[in-house]
Amino acid sequence: MSIEMTLQRERSRRSVASSDAGTSARAAAQVRTEPSTVRIAIIATAMIFLGVFVVLPLVMVFAQAFSRGMTAYLAALAEPEALSAIRLTLLVALISVSLNMVFGLVAAWAIAKFKFSGKTILITLIDLPFSVSPVISGMVFVLLFGAQGYFGSWLQSHDIQILFAVPGIALATTFVTFPFVARALIPLMQEQGTQEEEAAISLGASGLQTFFRVTLPNIKWGVLYGVLLCNARAMGEFGAVSVVSGHIRGETNTMPLVVEILYNEYQFVAAFAIASLLAMLALITLIAKALLERHLDEGKLSDDH
Amino acid sequence: MTIEVKNLVKRFGAFAALDGVDLRVADGELLALLGPSGSGKTTLLRIIAGLDWPDSGEVSFDGENALARGAGERHVGFVFQHYALFRHMSVFENVAFGLRVQPRAVRKDEAAIRARVKQLLELVQLDWLADRYPNQLSGGQRQRIALARALAIEPRILLLDEPFGALDAKVRKELRKWLRNLHHEINVTSIFVTHDQEEALEVANRVVVMDKGRIEQIGTPGEVYDRPATAFVHGFIGESIVLPVVVDDGAVRLNGARIDIAPEGELSGPSQLYVRRHDLLIEPAGSGALRGEVVQVRSFGPVQRAEVALAEGATAIEIDVPRERDLHPGEMVGLTPRRYRIFAA
Repeated sequence: MSIEMTLQRERSRRSVASSDAGTSARAAAQVRTEPSTVRIAIIATAMIFLGVFVVLPLVMVFAQAFSRGMTAYLAALAEPEALSAIRLTLLVALISVSLNMVFGLVAAWAIAKFKFSGKTILITLIDLPFSVSPVISGMVFVLLFGAQGYFGSWLQSHDIQILFAVPGIALATTFVTFPFVARALIPLMQEQGTQEEEAAISLGASGLQTFFRVTLPNIKWGVLYGVLLCNARAMGEFGAVSVVSGHIRGETNTMPLVVEILYNEYQFVAAFAIASLLAMLALITLIAKALLERHLDEGKLSDDH
Repeated sequence: MTIEVKNLVKRFGAFAALDGVDLRVADGELLALLGPSGSGKTTLLRIIAGLDWPDSGEVSFDGENALARGAGERHVGFVFQHYALFRHMSVFENVAFGLRVQPRAVRKDEAAIRARVKQLLELVQLDWLADRYPNQLSGGQRQRIALARALAIEPRILLLDEPFGALDAKVRKELRKWLRNLHHEINVTSIFVTHDQEEALEVANRVVVMDKGRIEQIGTPGEVYDRPATAFVHGFIGESIVLPVVVDDGAVRLNGARIDIAPEGELSGPSQLYVRRHDLLIEPAGSGALRGEVVQVRSFGPVQRAEVALAEGATAIEIDVPRERDLHPGEMVGLTPRRYRIFAA
């Protein structure tokens, strides 16, 4: 709206200034912007595409979930199977997000603040979980910990259950979501450099004091940003978890897995009720992400000298 | 606190940042490390602070080995080139940082910390900025807060890396004078790094001129300006005219023509004659060691700058002449260097 008005003002100012007012001003406007029909067509295409491919499916999820009314929706969520899936998903997300927060911080710290050989290899490796299909990530853990796997017989003889249990699901999820925190922190920490840490150390601060009083406050928004995305992916992960979970009902099914099972059994309301929870998580994540990005931008702006 | 550096060597890969540096700094001195970028001056400063470690050599404070201690245990105040203020802390907390991170046994109580910070902010004349954040300060204010923060730990040595590097010309001049006065007031052994010769000569008691990881000359500002030890120092400090000459058998020749000046020492063969712009005196045409024709005259400031094409044909040179001397383009003049140095090429 305001851009439109400035353009208008700009045009009228020009038309007054020019000797041959009307025609030349219009010509100038023609040269400077696309014809309004083109503009409308482009915007409409974008909006329609977004509507059909993003908004409509989201609305459909909620429409299906509530198609038999609120009572049926709540009843579907109160099923023991659904409750156990929600509990397991939260537990797995908690484990993998905490692990990845620590790993991500350490990796980003190493890459941003130290010089060592093999650094480029490390940066490339961090992205590996993103470039590999989640199914393959899951298969790797089957190969390692399965009955026929490398550690399989050892684990069996010591009665340790990894595959088809919480540890396996947490491991697979952690692997798939590893890059988020590190990716969010590396550019931030590289940009901030090491001078503030050096200043803290020369003022007599210990390593821990430097980390908690100087480094962490400077990257806290970046950490939150990474944790948020990591959490969204951890709760929604399907492929890798599907391979290692074993689909034991009420025990090793996470929310995405339960959605698939219920759907295959034609229990649409129940399937979409759980799907709607994941959709809400996505919406909350989006809003939180937008807020955090504003904080991150402020951090960068305030920083230029 | 005296500082002694012996045969310090530091390499980054094949590049020798410090190539055998020896230096003694007396108690209470204000010393400048002057040199072009890549001369090793910042590396030397960082090693003294404990932020970098040498490959070999010794650093001692008052005769005690400093390399055995980490940066935090050396009681050295370090002011970074870009200040490195903690961006998420207020000015007050920035200055208080060094006091708050002290071990519990020696840490001051809150009231004492507040009093000390207030006193430091008054010292740098910025007590009214205590609640601001670094991004709300001007460059000169950040610089002074960084200094107050470094002084909070009562350092035995104060090190400043390009303290005026990121400031505009006017603020820079003010801060120079202010730093000199402050040093006079607190009298802590201080070293600052600069690539600006004017800054070094104006502020420091003694100047260390460095190039390519080595010390070229150590002396008072007057000494390094008037008696440069090497061709590098002569060329780096003050503006110099350099003429390629050949010395043989006690005669100095420029393009084959003999110049009427005495060579120094035992020099012989291709050499370089260094003269400062204001040390070439104008003589009537036909006299003087060199002859030339005035090409152009520009007047500004206390002097006028004349471009003279030398009759010996080497090159056109620019000299500084007092305003009283009336010069015109096309005029033939003689030139005599009142002070000069000849270095082997």
